[in-house]
Amino acid sequence: MAVCIAVIAKENYPLYIRSVPIQNELKFHYTVHTSLDVVEEKISAVGKAMADQRELYLGLLYPTEDYKVYGYVTNSKVKFVIVVDSSNTSLRDNEIRSMFRKLHNSFTDVMCNPFYNPGDTIQSKAFDSMVTAMMVQAS
Amino acid sequence: MEAHEEKPIIYTMENKPIVTCAGDQSLFTSLYTSLAQQLPREPMEWRRSYGRAPKMIHLEANFVQFKEELLPKDGNRALLTFPFLHIYWTDCCDTEMYKASVKDDMLRWQSTLRLHGSVDWLIVVVESEAKKKNKTNILPRTSIVDKIRNDFCNKQSDRCVVLSDPLKESSRSQDSWSSFLTKLRTLLLMSFTKNLGRFEDDMRTLREKRTEPGWSFCDYFMVQEELAFVFEMLQQFEDALVQYDELDALFTQYVLNFGAGDGANWLGSFCAPVKRWNGLLLRRPIDMEKRELIQRGEASLLDLRSYLFSRQCTLLIFLQRPWEVTQRALELLHNCVQELCLLEVSVVQGALDCWVFLSCLEVLHRIEGCCDRAQLEANCSHTVGLWTYATEKLKSLGYLCGLVAEKGPTSEDLNRTVDLLAGLGEERPETVNSLQSPYKKLNEALSSVEAFEKHYLELSHAAMEMYRAIGRMRSARLIGKSLAEFYMKKGDPERAEGFLDDSLRSYVAEGWSLQVTHTRKQMAECQKLLQQTEDYLQTSALLAGDANLTVEERKHFCQEILTFASQPPAPSDQTVALSMAAFAQLRQMQFSPPGAVVHVGAALQLELRVRCLMPVAVKVEQLAATLHFSLEQGGARGRAGSAQRRTGQGPQGQGDGVVLFPQGSPLAGAGMGASLLPALELYEMQDRSPSDSSLNSTGVVCKNMHLLLRRHDSSASLDTSSVTLSLLVALSFSLPPLSTLSVGRVQFVQSHIYPVVQYEVYSQEPQLTIEPLSDNLLAGIPQKVKFTIATGHYSVKKGDALQLSNTDSMPILHSSCCSATILSSTGERVGESALSIQSSEKVTSISLPPTPPYHTLEFQLEVLCHIPPTPFKPDIERLTNGEVRHRPKSHADRGMINIDQKVSIDCPWSIYSTLISLTFYVPFKAKHSILSAGKRKYIQVCLQNVSDTIFHLADPVLTDTHTSSLSHSLTHLFGSSLPQTVCSQQSVFCLWEMRWVERLPLCLQCAFSASFAPVSASDAHTAFKPYRYEFQLDRVSTLYSLKAEILPPSGDQHCRTGTLCGLEVSITRQAEPSETEGEEEESTEIEGLRTTKLMYEVVDNSSNWAVCGKSSGVVSMPVAASATHRVQMEVMPLFAGHLPFPNIKVFKYLPHSAVPAIQPDTDSCLENDTMSLLDKGLDDQGDTASIRSRGSVHSVGSGEQQRVLPMPRLEPFSPGQVFYLSQGRQVLVLPVTDDHVMEVNVT
Repeated sequence: MAVCIAVIAKENYPLYIRSVPIQNELKFHYTVHTSLDVVEEKISAVGKAMADQRELYLGLLYPTEDYKVYGYVTNSKVKFVIVVDSSNTSLRDNEIRSMFRKLHNSFTDVMCNPFYNPGDTIQSKAFDSMVTAMMVQAS
Repeated sequence: MEAHEEKPIIYTMENKPIVTCAGDQSLFTSLYTSLAQQLPREPMEWRRSYGRAPKMIHLEANFVQFKEELLPKDGNRALLTFPFLHIYWTDCCDTEMYKASVKDDMLRWQSTLRLHGSVDWLIVVVESEAKKKNKTNILPRTSIVDKIRNDFCNKQSDRCVVLSDPLKESSRSQDSWSSFLTKLRTLLLMSFTKNLGRFEDDMRTLREKRTEPGWSFCDYFMVQEELAFVFEMLQQFEDALVQYDELDALFTQYVLNFGAGDGANWLGSFCAPVKRWNGLLLRRPIDMEKRELIQRGEASLLDLRSYLFSRQCTLLIFLQRPWEVTQRALELLHNCVQELCLLEVSVVQGALDCWVFLSCLEVLHRIEGCCDRAQLEANCSHTVGLWTYATEKLKSLGYLCGLVAEKGPTSEDLNRTVDLLAGLGEERPETVNSLQSPYKKLNEALSSVEAFEKHYLELSHAAMEMYRAIGRMRSARLIGKSLAEFYMKKGDPERAEGFLDDSLRSYVAEGWSLQVTHTRKQMAECQKLLQQTEDYLQTSALLAGDANLTVEERKHFCQEILTFASQPPAPSDQTVALSMAAFAQLRQMQFSPPGAVVHVGAALQLELRVRCLMPVAVKVEQLAATLHFSLEQGGARGRAGSAQRRTGQGPQGQGDGVVLFPQGSPLAGAGMGASLLPALELYEMQDRSPSDSSLNSTGVVCKNMHLLLRRHDSSASLDTSSVTLSLLVALSFSLPPLSTLSVGRVQFVQSHIYPVVQYEVYSQEPQLTIEPLSDNLLAGIPQKVKFTIATGHYSVKKGDALQLSNTDSMPILHSSCCSATILSSTGERVGESALSIQSSEKVTSISLPPTPPYHTLEFQLEVLCHIPPTPFKPDIERLTNGEVRHRPKSHADRGMINIDQKVSIDCPWSIYSTLISLTFYVPFKAKHSILSAGKRKYIQVCLQNVSDTIFHLADPVLTDTHTSSLSHSLTHLFGSSLPQTVCSQQSVFCLWEMRWVERLPLCLQCAFSASFAPVSASDAHTAFKPYRYEFQLDRVSTLYSLKAEILPPSGDQHCRTGTLCGLEVSITRQAEPSETEGEEEESTEIEGLRTTKLMYEVVDNSSNWAVCGKSSGVVSMPVAASATHRVQMEVMPLFAGHLPFPNIKVFKYLPHSAVPAIQPDTDSCLENDTMSLLDKGLDDQGDTASIRSRGSVHSVGSGEQQRVLPMPRLEPFSPGQVFYLSQGRQVLVLPVTDDHVMEVNVT
């Protein structure tokens, strides 16, 4: 399962970012932030004409020695980034996709909340618990 | 020939499938060159098993002499050395010879092949004309071929081919060559298909056994690699690569299974501790050392991986896919590190870093070797990952070996370095001569601090440049940051600063708070080293208020500020000004009074709520605010306006003077803790045309628009609508564009506050207003008015008094209780004191109680406005009398007449008199009319209450005011003298009969008077006030009586419709001519008889009658009593029934010479001095002007008649002068016949 899950606004500031273990939080923040480079590259690589049929899932953004970083961009240019431990080899592409889909659904629920101010950091408990379910249980 | 006898050298890329040659070697040698040339010339379609797509391949072959050793023994699956086809060459054309030697030789050859199970053979019979000529007794050549076919190819006749005259240039020879080559190719392919298929089947079988104990991956590896070699030999690199990829995947799966606890025995050999980490070797097509290690089962994991990758790399480069190499390389390196970890292989610390570093550089070198510069630059994105990885690894090696430390490596570090270098082994022979080999680089870098720095910086900058080039700015900054860390470690903060600043800026701009905190901490360290006190303190302040840090860290940074603040200032030092945003937040500001509007001299309380962001209590020595002063004349922002605006601010600010400041947006970062919006970050943007780089457009781009253009709570918007309520000079202070908190030598400055807060200070002139208490002031009865004095800046002293100049028309009534209320500026009741009012003839003096400035003094007075007795004549205005004017203006829509009453007041604070206008409304409207009955006269007065008040009306009296003679009297006929109630819009009618003794005066001046009091008045008797209405009656006596008679046609009793009836009008003179009347009446003397001319006219407005014949005429009436004139006319009734008589009108008929009878109306200029009304409103002037012009039109018109066209004129009689006897009479008219048909419809 994931070690870090981040939701990044269209303007590239974090709406939500959570990681386990806690002590590596800073490293994950750096990783996720840097991955935006690749996300932007992938988005711009898809031509404007193709924007409609563009697949939201961006696939593996880049591997590092320890982690694999996957990306997903909603149509409103909100980015989801999932970081997975490289040693966790049992995770297949399909599972990553389904994680993103779950994340997207939950994010949509957050956006539908009339009390949520678009652009604010996400503090929804439902979203949080969904993310927790996708994360590696900190042992 | 010798070359072909050598053992084929395998393991070079020049491998070709082996074809053996038996039989006549010299024959073959002669044909070899053209054969080797022609074989690959044409491609051949290779159909393959297992549904694989057919391929076109160009076949080549390595022709070797047939030897029995070449044939594979049982169990030897070496494919590369496998002879795919055996060819027997012969040019025998002699049957004898064939039988003697060739056949035996062939048989031997065949039996050897059969022994080894090889069925891929071909017999080539070469024919030449030359040989045939030599032997004349030869059999037909076909017989040899047939014989061979008979002997050897029992069912496969195609295994024997004929090649005719191969060395000659003839079409026949060409044809035979081409058919031979086709055959050769087909057979080769058949052999491939068959043998490879068999091989693959064997291989699969072997693979299926992998779960069996004793199965070795290395053995299997060798087998599958054999297949890969063959594909490679056939130039089928794609297929070869697939073999390696399969091996790769298989191995990976085993490692993963091992990690999952399912270990295979053979994996044990790969788990041996890593002893050598000399990196990938990609310069050889096949790394035989490693291959042998694998073959022997002695390879380590790194060896196997290295070998696999080197093969994949080679094939990928053959396939022109160098960028896949880089991508795979990065994956491989990551993967190996993971696998070693997974297999728990013990590795010397740093060894893997060395291996990765060397491998990265090796891959990069390999790629550089096969691509040109432009290609490399265009594909930075593929290589930059390797560069970065190498940089990272070198960095970690540097840290490990103490090369980064300021003091240089310790002995322990050196030992470690030596160990690491030992693991690299000797440099490989391929790169010994290269100056830039990865091996040399690593060796050098680890050897000295300086060399390490050089290499590390080189790599870092290269990676950064590449990232910049491909627009991955964040990645570039991350490398920059690690460079900064390196510089800091080296004690070189100057160089670190720039990188840190760049990174910090981008993190702040994108709102990543953890990074901001982390980088800022490094920045603080850097600034401290650089002794940039102010910057350091600012950063410290930000960090001290940073929620991402622990309390201890925050306390530390806070202490840094406090320590600096408490230092005695050096003479040269100024105080340090820092941004307040980091230190404290302005949360709330509360004004008291809430409107934030005060008058000069008043106190305005301002309560600030500031939130300290510091982790410890900080003693603030001074708080200062800078105000911006702006002077506004005339109160452009009225009081109500500003109060309204203030209530508009802040969600909770319900006019309680509270201004809330928006908190820092979450994305501004908890780390920043800033309440203020970030400053605009504007960048210039230039759009150049791609072709000639001329400027297309330019503009300014706001980079942090997302921070600025966020939706704010709408209530925070500034409401600029303002209302000007009173004339006041408002000084508004915007507070504060700058506020400062000082702690010791440190000042925290907030340069602007949003929303803008301001308060107003105003200075007001004293002001007096008089307002009616009720909606309308009514004239004639006492009314209360309210005096309000806003003292403004003036303080009312004891003895100050208001001097009201008295007017007769509006006396001020002394009320019994008259007290003044004093209110403070906020509307609070402060006190109450009695007023003393003194009246003299000219003035009424009201002495005011002492009142402080900016208070309000209120009291009430009763005033009475007398009703002017005459009806106002609006048509004449006397402008000469500038002071008094009655202003007849109908009130609203109810026809009330109003009177503007001006009051002149002398106020103690001003030398000028204040003129205040009050408007009173007359509550009644009176009308009079004269009624006649023959000679008797009656006067009717109608009084209508037009106000909303209900009145009691009493004592209506009509008197003659003008003539005091007793010649006539007025008798009250109708209208009660008792008080009666008159409601709103109700009318009261009174009637008097006029009697006279001798003769009626020509003109009567009458005055109607009555008493009235509001019903609500408590004291009915004293409350009754007089109402007076004066009017004048002229020419009231009856001169003529007019009688009409309608006569039915003769012989008929009644008139009938449609028949002519006679109308007889008789005009009778009633009065004796008198002197006064004689003047008035135009009479002529005809034959001694005074006559006057009258004109009569019959008009029927209701169209009941048709006047037939003449309808009007002029008669001369003798001026004598009872003189009668009769006129006969014919009228025809148009309807049946009781019809009213037609109207008959009589006019005076004045000949043209007569003087116009228009006289100025003296009554219209009635003057009333008791009214002191003054109004010079323009509208009224307009009114009167039009009225005057109307009057003048009349006179001008008559003047014209005289001058231009003298015509007789008609003049009507005054009402009462002509009495109509038959007015209201009716006559019965019958219908013509009685046969009326009534139609009744029943439905």
